Amino acid sequence: MREVELLIIGSGPAGLCAALSAAESGARALILERSFRPGGQLVKQTHMFFGSERQYASHRGVDIAELLLKKLAEYGERIELMLNATAVGFYEDNVVTVLKDEKEYFKIRAKSVVCATGAFEKSLAFPNNDLPGIYGAGAVQTLMNVYGVRPGNRVLMVGAGNIGVIVSYQLLQAGIEVAAVLDAAPRIGAYLVHASKLARMGVPILTSHTVKEAVGTDCLEAAVVWALDEKFKPIPGTERRFDVDVMCVSVGLSPLNELLAMRGAEMKYVPQLSGLVPLRSENCETGIPGVFVAGDASGIEEASSAMAEGWLAGLCAAAKLGYVPADFEARRREYLSQLENLRSGPVGERIRAGMKLSLLEGGMRDV
Amino acid sequence: MRITEHPILRFDRGKELSFTFNGQPMKGYEGETIAAALHAAGVKVLAKSEKLHRPRGFFCAIGNCASCQMTVDGEPNVRTCITLLREGMKVESQEGKGRLQ
Repeated sequence: MREVELLIIGSGPAGLCAALSAAESGARALILERSFRPGGQLVKQTHMFFGSERQYASHRGVDIAELLLKKLAEYGERIELMLNATAVGFYEDNVVTVLKDEKEYFKIRAKSVVCATGAFEKSLAFPNNDLPGIYGAGAVQTLMNVYGVRPGNRVLMVGAGNIGVIVSYQLLQAGIEVAAVLDAAPRIGAYLVHASKLARMGVPILTSHTVKEAVGTDCLEAAVVWALDEKFKPIPGTERRFDVDVMCVSVGLSPLNELLAMRGAEMKYVPQLSGLVPLRSENCETGIPGVFVAGDASGIEEASSAMAEGWLAGLCAAAKLGYVPADFEARRREYLSQLENLRSGPVGERIRAGMKLSLLEGGMRDV
Repeated sequence: MRITEHPILRFDRGKELSFTFNGQPMKGYEGETIAAALHAAGVKVLAKSEKLHRPRGFFCAIGNCASCQMTVDGEPNVRTCITLLREGMKVESQEGKGRLQ
């Protein structure tokens, strides 16, 4: 069985930063990435990031992925990136089973693990929601921004959160018509900077609306929407039909962290973090010593926080292995303060509440 | 169905590849997935569901949801949204669970 010091599962923003952070302290890391391409969902993000310079604000996600990968290459042999390698099991003694190229199946034992496995797009229940032409908004973003393929001609976006609104704008940039953006909530969830861009382009944003049904035989041909009252109950008689060949469902993400549950980490349902999450210390360490979590796998936030969590988890995972740099405490405090800033203000209120609920008892202690 | 002009992105497509979809000759590019190549050619229905035989297209495009599974070179349940296109691939839509050939 192959033995490694630090195993990082996932090469998205959290995984890449965890690897860089651990390597900076002197640890050696192996990153497992299930896709044929590293970078996770950064590679399809063409919008500029908010936050501070530390999280590459005003860079586009796609450029951040490139920057991080370039840095990774600078560490040479200290960081190994294994592509097409899916972690399918996580057992006692930190044995991880890996399926590589859909052919080879082997085990890796790690002294420390950072689980940075990301998230999954949620679906929405309505009649005919399985028709081809109905996609996750992130899926359409991949098709369009990574492969340069038009998802269709006219799109209905369901969900006016950040992803829904940003992808709508990106659809317009690619020359595709957006018929409307819906949201069941009475107000727009996205940052108003993004939402007002859409409004200026003449795209109606219908709040307190949801999908009644999708229409089509082989593929989506139209969608019927209706208004909701203040109790989120549909109001009969308010139906409107949109002739669209694409519907994007952007109703949030769920953390992907089954591996941690399998390993026996204590999990808890925290609605503010959008699902089941592992309990952890403020240093991103789960209840299992040496097993860390970072990014959306620990609760849904943004890529900026995923990066800061990655830096923190990588630093603390390396410290567990004995790589404690002279400036350990200064670096740790710096990453914690970055996270605090990203979660400050009214926008971060939900996340802050979620973080409190997912903290291990006595989780504020040092490593 | 391909984007040719874009204000931010440039699409450097790889070598043109030939493959078949249910026996029909198709073209795609190196570096793209089977599902992306099919979508660009206007093919949205990739499979039929197991019990009700309802049409299935991709949903997540990152290999999570299994909605895009097709039979590729005789192998069923290939997640076409994350499998790269190769020259001469034989891609077939799949009924339900598919069958080993």
